[in-house]
Amino acid sequence: MRNIMGAALCALLAGGVAFGASAETKLTIATVNNGDMIRMQKLTDDFTKKNPDISLEWVTLEENTLRQRVTTDIATNSGQYDIMTIGTYEAPIWAKKGWLAPLEDLGADYDVDDLMPAIRAALSNDDKLYAAPFYAESSMMMYRKDLFEKAGIEINGRLTWDQTLDIAKKLHDPDNGVYGICLRGKAGWGENMALISTMGNAYGARWFNEEWKPEFDGQEWKDALSMYVNILGKYGPPGATSNGFNENLSLFNAGKCAMWIDATVAASFVTNPKDSKVADQVGFTEAPCAVTCTGANWLWAWSLAIPASSKNTEAAEKFISWATSKSYAELVASKEGWANVPPGTRMSLYQNEKYLDAAPFAIKTLAAIDSADPINSTLKPKPYVGVQFAAIPEFQGIGTVVGQQFSAALAGQVSVDQALANAQESTDRTMQKAGYY
Amino acid sequence: MESKFKTPFGQFAYTVFAWIIGLAIFFPILWMVLTSFKSELDAVNMPPLFLDFNWTLENYTGILEQSNYFKFAMNSVILSFGSTFIGLIFAVTCAWAMAFNPTKRTKDTLLWMLSTKMMPPVGVLVPIYLVFRDWGLLDNRFGLIMVLFLMNLPIMVWMLYTYFKEIPKDILEAARMDGATLPKEIIFVLLPMAIPGIASTMLLNVILAWNEAFWTLNLTTSDAAPLTAFIASYSSPEGLFWAKLSAASTLAVAPILIVGWFSQKQLVRGLTFGAVK
Repeated sequence: MRNIMGAALCALLAGGVAFGASAETKLTIATVNNGDMIRMQKLTDDFTKKNPDISLEWVTLEENTLRQRVTTDIATNSGQYDIMTIGTYEAPIWAKKGWLAPLEDLGADYDVDDLMPAIRAALSNDDKLYAAPFYAESSMMMYRKDLFEKAGIEINGRLTWDQTLDIAKKLHDPDNGVYGICLRGKAGWGENMALISTMGNAYGARWFNEEWKPEFDGQEWKDALSMYVNILGKYGPPGATSNGFNENLSLFNAGKCAMWIDATVAASFVTNPKDSKVADQVGFTEAPCAVTCTGANWLWAWSLAIPASSKNTEAAEKFISWATSKSYAELVASKEGWANVPPGTRMSLYQNEKYLDAAPFAIKTLAAIDSADPINSTLKPKPYVGVQFAAIPEFQGIGTVVGQQFSAALAGQVSVDQALANAQESTDRTMQKAGYY
Repeated sequence: MESKFKTPFGQFAYTVFAWIIGLAIFFPILWMVLTSFKSELDAVNMPPLFLDFNWTLENYTGILEQSNYFKFAMNSVILSFGSTFIGLIFAVTCAWAMAFNPTKRTKDTLLWMLSTKMMPPVGVLVPIYLVFRDWGLLDNRFGLIMVLFLMNLPIMVWMLYTYFKEIPKDILEAARMDGATLPKEIIFVLLPMAIPGIASTMLLNVILAWNEAFWTLNLTTSDAAPLTAFIASYSSPEGLFWAKLSAASTLAVAPILIVGWFSQKQLVRGLTFGAVK
């Protein structure tokens, strides 16, 4: 009797396992803890209701840990993830290496032509889309309208860095807890170098010439870095070398920055009265130019991609299609309001009156993203793709080392000339070692 | 108890000094707990707010809603106790051999075991990752238990070895004379005498395994992910996150803090055993 019961139990368990396996495809999604991503997690009931045979498992990680985990996973072809969140830096590199599956079946109503052309170009390789943008950003200036008005400053047209320096000087009032300008100072290719690269572009500089040789010994970089060190060192908050996006966001929200140049995605944070003390006093304008406006604002898109090692490509593509579709925008709008719709990826969003009414920063965001071109982002021709980075595998290391040098210049540990010479030497060495020349 | 300090002032100064050191060590944890009850805006306020802020539970409710805390906590319990339990089986037998039957190479072996702790773990990440991939151990609790157990084994052997050295050999010999076999000798004679040492070894290793963040983050995705992964998920590249991260950290350290609190007597006794003779 005991044997029979045991056999029955085994059969039941085996049946259960078999049933479970055939009924559900589990998608493991690696992502970062950004507001829009968390919102997506909350809204996935809509997807699982439409696709009862697919279940979702979220793995949320810190940005650098995510990058490390995902790179290890892809490089060793381990297939731990079915969908991963990557940026415009990784997408073309990984696509070229064959690490990502192309997104070729996003459904008939996906309307891939509605994606912003600049973003689509940044996420494609050989005209094939390898990652679908979830939200995108450029950079722009956020400023305090009340302080500008009080000082009698008006913005007519796009500012130059020299004008920005004058304004910062006028509004810098540390005794009353207001600093002229807040900028990224923390060293890192995605931190201070994102901003300084766009400043370099504005001054006519480029990371590499057509022979892939670094150009930090040119006058353009010297002008750009001198301006950065001058404006942030003199009119920025104390300890600016440890400030990244979040630190500046909290300073701006607390009313301590007259100007802040950073990601357009910050616009929805600084205008949210729940988080910001200056929510109704924020104005938006383009990031400053210098000798040119080409490449003066960056381009970045948090995007969803499928690693080539995934065994559930079809289901993963279904999910990506859902999360980056027009109907997802409508779903967010119906639950949380139009201002919370992920920005910057689709042109149709910027033709939607309801969105334009709800998001006062929409027009400036659109203008910034529209004007950022990852291919033509420098005055002189360049061999690499990317506005604030060069989409080559070596850049992550190079950008961080150069960022440390520039951060040291800001802290006054080395002179601008010395920092540039060090940057030139180390980048030259890395590029030679990598076999570029 | 007789005090080392003769004058009341000396004793008072000593007490104040001890309190200052104690509070300085405890302050980061206190600050983390306080921050977990702040709103994100209060958490980054300058000057920092100590007690005068709007106390809120929204970080905790938000976190419990967003992540399955108990799944992560359960994994932490399984990994830390599992690796410690398996570790103890090996460490007790190993330490017994080294303490009671030493050879001329025992000291070298001990040092060599400890030297494996000196290598940075990232140096072996890729080989171990590949082995795990091929054996299907990625995101698997058993695989991670093995890594944590092997990682902490040298410390366990060292601790138990120091402890066993203090136990008189004669007692074990007497047991042998009475006809005890080797397993009986270890289980019924050695272990009961060594319980405080084993308890402190166990506690320390549970704590080490609980806090281990390199392997647990790199070898897991979701099924086997412990509380370290839970904390890591609350850091945000774009958006304020200090309050939520503090709440997640508080939830992650709370269980082990409570266990440590209740067992601090054994822990301190085990760690300082043999230090003063």
